[in-house]
Amino acid sequence: MDPKIQTRALDFRYGKVQALKKVTLDIREHQITALIGPSGCGKSTFLRTLNRMNDIIPNTHLEGKVLLDGLNVYEPSVDVVEVRKRVGMVFQQPNPFPKTIFENVAFGPKMLGINHRLRLDEVVERSLRRAALWDEVKDDLGKSGLVLSGGQQQRLCIARVLAVEPEVILMDEPCSALDPLSTLKIEELMRELERSYTIIIVTHNMQQAARVSDWTGFFLLGELVEYNKTGELFSRPKDKRTEDYITGRFG
Amino acid sequence: MIPRESFDRYLHELQDEVLVLGSMVEKAIDRSMKALKERNLELASQVVADDAKINQKRLDIEERCIELIVAQQPVAGDLRIIIAVLNIIIDLERIADHAEGVAKIALMIGDEPPLKPLVDLPRMAEKARDMLRRSLDAFVSRDSEAAMKITAEDDEVDNLYDQVYRELLTFMLEDPRTITRATRLIWVAHNLERSADRVTNICERVVFTVTGKMEEIEASKY
Amino acid sequence: MIGLSPKLTQKLAWGFVWLAGIIAVLTLVFIIGYVLAKGLSAISPEFLFTEPKGGLSGEGGISSCIVATLWLIIITMAILIPLGIGAAIYLAEYAPDNKFTRLVRYSVELLAGVPSIVFGLFGFAIFVLALHFNYSILAGALTLVCLLLPFLMRSAEEAIRATPQSQREASLALGATKWQTVVHVIMPAAMPGIITGIILCVGGAVAESACLYVTMGGSAGMPSSFLSGGRTLAVHVFYLAMETNALDKALATGAVLIILILIINLSTKWLSQRFQAKMSGET
Repeated sequence: MDPKIQTRALDFRYGKVQALKKVTLDIREHQITALIGPSGCGKSTFLRTLNRMNDIIPNTHLEGKVLLDGLNVYEPSVDVVEVRKRVGMVFQQPNPFPKTIFENVAFGPKMLGINHRLRLDEVVERSLRRAALWDEVKDDLGKSGLVLSGGQQQRLCIARVLAVEPEVILMDEPCSALDPLSTLKIEELMRELERSYTIIIVTHNMQQAARVSDWTGFFLLGELVEYNKTGELFSRPKDKRTEDYITGRFG
Repeated sequence: MIPRESFDRYLHELQDEVLVLGSMVEKAIDRSMKALKERNLELASQVVADDAKINQKRLDIEERCIELIVAQQPVAGDLRIIIAVLNIIIDLERIADHAEGVAKIALMIGDEPPLKPLVDLPRMAEKARDMLRRSLDAFVSRDSEAAMKITAEDDEVDNLYDQVYRELLTFMLEDPRTITRATRLIWVAHNLERSADRVTNICERVVFTVTGKMEEIEASKY
Repeated sequence: MIGLSPKLTQKLAWGFVWLAGIIAVLTLVFIIGYVLAKGLSAISPEFLFTEPKGGLSGEGGISSCIVATLWLIIITMAILIPLGIGAAIYLAEYAPDNKFTRLVRYSVELLAGVPSIVFGLFGFAIFVLALHFNYSILAGALTLVCLLLPFLMRSAEEAIRATPQSQREASLALGATKWQTVVHVIMPAAMPGIITGIILCVGGAVAESACLYVTMGGSAGMPSSFLSGGRTLAVHVFYLAMETNALDKALATGAVLIILILIINLSTKWLSQRFQAKMSGET
């Protein structure tokens, strides 16, 4: 089966600073891929090239290809709104809108033109169920999203993404602002979501990467140093830099 | 401050403990054979008694491995070292059991007149002991080539076993009254042959520590 | 200060701060209190519903002034609010960071410091004369728009910039366009700040006297449309105080002015709260 996302010789610059160097990588469908590496290694930058979120930063420069099902998302003819619908994103700090829980989840579909009340009800319930949040909030859909706990807010953000029915979900350190129990709940959720979506997670927590992912990529100074099945990379890394990093001898 | 400096130290200490256990086992092989040769029943009892200490040492090392896994969440090379240690100490403990077996046979024989002067059996013991020491050295220095060489030497021990077996068989066929004594000696040879096989296992673990792959090395004809 | 312990310094500082606060509040209370106390007694239904006589007598009421003031506020705000918010959105969200944008910002800052009478003269030259609006509420309103635009733009832009970047990113990542993000995410969040800016502008509009005097004229009659001239409450106070002896009527007008401002502020705040609640959907 063809990989869901492929990057080919991806170069990325912030002004003069080279953030990514010729990154070539295949992301497999319906798998969880983790990207690890020390601070500043480019993993978050890489993640954001996949849904063109780096477009909003001025003075950046990208070369190479990012292919979603074979089509380069950076082609001038491609609609960036369409890309972002297919490739959703969950951020490090939970960032629900200061609106009701219902309005939060309904936001995406509404922006895409769905206004029929019954359909929205349906989408909201389905998305909240898929994000394992429905039972906790089904009687409180009219409450503000901000009254939820950190872990719940993050699941709300996940529901919000699911509501637009993406194919790929990008997660940029989704658990780093959460307590351990919420983290484990979200990891469990990721495993469930894996069946229907392709998930790419950036994490600086190596145990999390080892627990949750099927494939792991190790980034260092903008380069993809090693990319392999998680079990292999964590027990028999091929590159010494990888070994030094994951055993914590780095520094 | 080097990251994981204390973890590195713990790993070193762990390996030192394995070497201590190894030397306890070497001593057991040595003394059990000596007791058999010299009909030293006191020495033989000592070996039997000391086996409990070896078992305890092995459990202590295992306990330490569990602590390190829980506390340090080791991966990659670090993990392989700890897994290797867990397996090596099993083999060491079994080798010690074999040595204890030899000592028990020495006690059984008591002060019976020997069938013949013991030549090959001590040679087997010496060989096994030497292989053991070198395999543990290879582990600590992560020398997989040396480990592979040692496994080849298992053939020598097997050949000696064949020799002893044939010789004792001849004895038994010629004079059925020697059967009891001969079979006891065959058991001693068996224990020593199995000890050498166990050393091969240890060598497999040395290769595992270096490459990450467990490969069965053709150990024994038996 | 050398030699004083941190605790003592803190006590002194708190004392000073407290004192400053008290003085500020008392001053306000005194001024408002004085005007209301002296002025409320002269307010009667007759006062509110008759026109001022004009001239030097100071007789009559303030009905036309109330109407003129209200007309003025409505027209000014109707033009100012879309213009100010639109410009603020442009500067905050769409303008590229280049020399031109910086020049625009700098000019806006400069304009904020220009005295209102200068705007009045500008308004007189352009709206009253050149565009032939003559002395009219419209000319006054347009002049006020020019005067107040920098302030509203500044408040609105700050409120918009204060919206966390994470909200924008969340919206864009869901596939919303930039404009959808502005309308559905940024504006609701910036609303409180913008409302505050609007209230301040209303206050500013009502308080103006000099620049309205030269653009709306001083006619005391009831304005018939926004093209008529007229006198706002503030201008009327000016007239009464400067040209007549009817100090009591001046204070009464002042009291009405204060009450009007209070009503406008409170209702704007109330509307804003209801709007906020609807936005975040608190049931």
